[in-house]
Amino acid sequence: MHGIKKWFGTFQAVDDVTLEIRSNEFFTLLGPSGCGKTTLLRMIAGFELPTEGQVLLDGTDISRLLPNQRPVNTVFQNYALFPHLTVAENIGFGLKMLGKPKSEIDSVVKDMLKLVHLEGRGNNPVTQLSGGQQQRVALARALAPRPKVLLLDEPLSALDLKLRKSMQMELKRLQLETGITFVFVTHDQEEALTMSDRIAVMSTGTVRQVGSPWDIYDRPAERFVADFIGETNFLEADVVSVSGDRARVRLSSGAEISATYPDGVTPKGKVTIVVRPEHARLGPPGSGVLEGVLDDIVYLGTDNHFHVKVDGGGTFIVRQQNAKSGPCGFSEQERVSIAINDDVAQILRD
Amino acid sequence: MAKTFSIKRQPGFATIAMFCFFLLYLPIATLVVYSFNSGSSIAIWEGFSLRWFQSAWNNQQVIEASVRSLQIAAVAAVIATACATLAAIATTRTAPYRGLTIKYSIINMPLLVPEIVTAVALLILFSRVKVWTGYSGLGYLIVAHAAFCIPFAYMPIRARLESMDLSLERAASDLYASSFQTFRYVTLPLLWPGILAGLMLAFVISLDDVVITEFVKSGGQDTLPTYMLGQLRRVVTPEMNAISTVFLVISLAIVTLFFFLSRTPQKDNE
Ligand SMILES: Nc1ncnc2c1ncn2[C@@H]1O[C@H](COP(=O)(O)OP(=O)(O)O)[C@@H](O)[C@H]1O
Ligand SMILES: [Mg+2]
Repeated sequence: MHGIKKWFGTFQAVDDVTLEIRSNEFFTLLGPSGCGKTTLLRMIAGFELPTEGQVLLDGTDISRLLPNQRPVNTVFQNYALFPHLTVAENIGFGLKMLGKPKSEIDSVVKDMLKLVHLEGRGNNPVTQLSGGQQQRVALARALAPRPKVLLLDEPLSALDLKLRKSMQMELKRLQLETGITFVFVTHDQEEALTMSDRIAVMSTGTVRQVGSPWDIYDRPAERFVADFIGETNFLEADVVSVSGDRARVRLSSGAEISATYPDGVTPKGKVTIVVRPEHARLGPPGSGVLEGVLDDIVYLGTDNHFHVKVDGGGTFIVRQQNAKSGPCGFSEQERVSIAINDDVAQILRD
Repeated sequence: MAKTFSIKRQPGFATIAMFCFFLLYLPIATLVVYSFNSGSSIAIWEGFSLRWFQSAWNNQQVIEASVRSLQIAAVAAVIATACATLAAIATTRTAPYRGLTIKYSIINMPLLVPEIVTAVALLILFSRVKVWTGYSGLGYLIVAHAAFCIPFAYMPIRARLESMDLSLERAASDLYASSFQTFRYVTLPLLWPGILAGLMLAFVISLDDVVITEFVKSGGQDTLPTYMLGQLRRVVTPEMNAISTVFLVISLAIVTLFFFLSRTPQKDNE
């Protein structure tokens, strides 16, 4: 996708998005509701034309083609199964429209039913299936014509938590087995992190960062990305020196730590750094880089969250796993010190 | 005591309601009862018999008028429904634009224009056409009926189209269906109940028409309603009641079917 812009009247829903999606990858568009994910997807499918810019598929411009002329299929958020057709007829619909012979359609439909674990359900009316089963029919229907790209718009949001988890694994498996490029839309960061090869984080019509789940989580380039994904501590710091891909920064306490920084940025002066709560440890006063008072302990079963009031202002959250059962060894209002692991801090672009 | 207003608790509500039902259905009930009268009065009950049904059945004029009514209604309803279907698709499957409301109004206009005006207009138009072409068959009545049936056929079809999930048509085009294929394999099958409902409504409306038919028909082209009107001017026997009762039963049957077909399918989204 190149320089995509989309206006609805005077409202700009997508602003200059350029993205390269590789073949055979599981690519996710992640962002809060209303940021333009669906609009972007609809422009790939052909339901919406970009006001400016191009959609290229293997180098050919498809941005002005009708939906039925694009080798791209969609799994709709509400499934949009044809209620007057059976499961098999739904799955075979695309191939039938392409004018494929009946024998070929039948064999593909059979394979598809097997792929999505719905053997023997071919002759059922789709209206009699459960939500999860309808979801799998929608997937099979979109995969049957073997599109170059499969588009999925929040396909799991209507399912309950348990079913959602198993469908996540299922989707990943289908993507690996079929080798088809998946473009997946979600506002659920956990879903994005578990399933994707690469993620594009979006906000108000623009792409903020593209990268692997690890990049997005551990090396966020800016505040929006760091904040949107997981829990994070933001700290003010001064850059002391830069060498290679690391910089040394001085915290408000005077202690120095090393931090990474995003591409295309030369850190200098005052910067904001991020540290994930699980990348810090709590210790007795004087053992770490930040000193403070333990304000609150939140017990979460698998972990404890320690809210520390840092000397000089601000709260820092430390997350520690409960490896052993029993008390955590700290008590509220106690003075503590926070140690930050090596190479976990990341400097944000301003 | 803060109770919300309920019409049901107002004094006299039940009485008024009962009175209205009474007024609506008493004449019809009387008509049906007397169609089984064995005497030849429509006011004095002399015992149960089917003789008037038999007499109507043996009345050549009644049979001819009925057949003509059914022919006209069948052909006119098909034409009206075809036009209404196209009109409904054109008005619902398009982005809203200025002038769309005017189009709705034009389609529904015949519902508002006094029937007598339409009748006179058609009379004048058709008398010209008759002179030009020399044709004086049932065609005029069929065209006239088709014309005023269009808005009735249009209503259920449009309702069905508007309640249809647009993403189904989108899904079809996503799955390589051309716009014709989308219509043929998705829209039309889902629209079918609406089309049938429109067809039946148009049929009943056409069957029932007096005013326009009276103006447009040539000699010897009586439909059942105009025939009955003619008879009523002379002598009234329970034969009229018998014919009306049969008419009523047929209409009720069709309207009941219409009701079941036009109900929105509730199982679709489960
Ligand atoms: N057809 C449309 N007309 C006008 N505004 C639209 C239309 N479709 C989407 N929008 C607006 O564009 C913005 C992005 O929408 P969308 O792509 O659906 O966001 P997301 O899928 O990320 O929640 C929203 O503010 C929405 O109101
Ligand atoms: Mg959306």
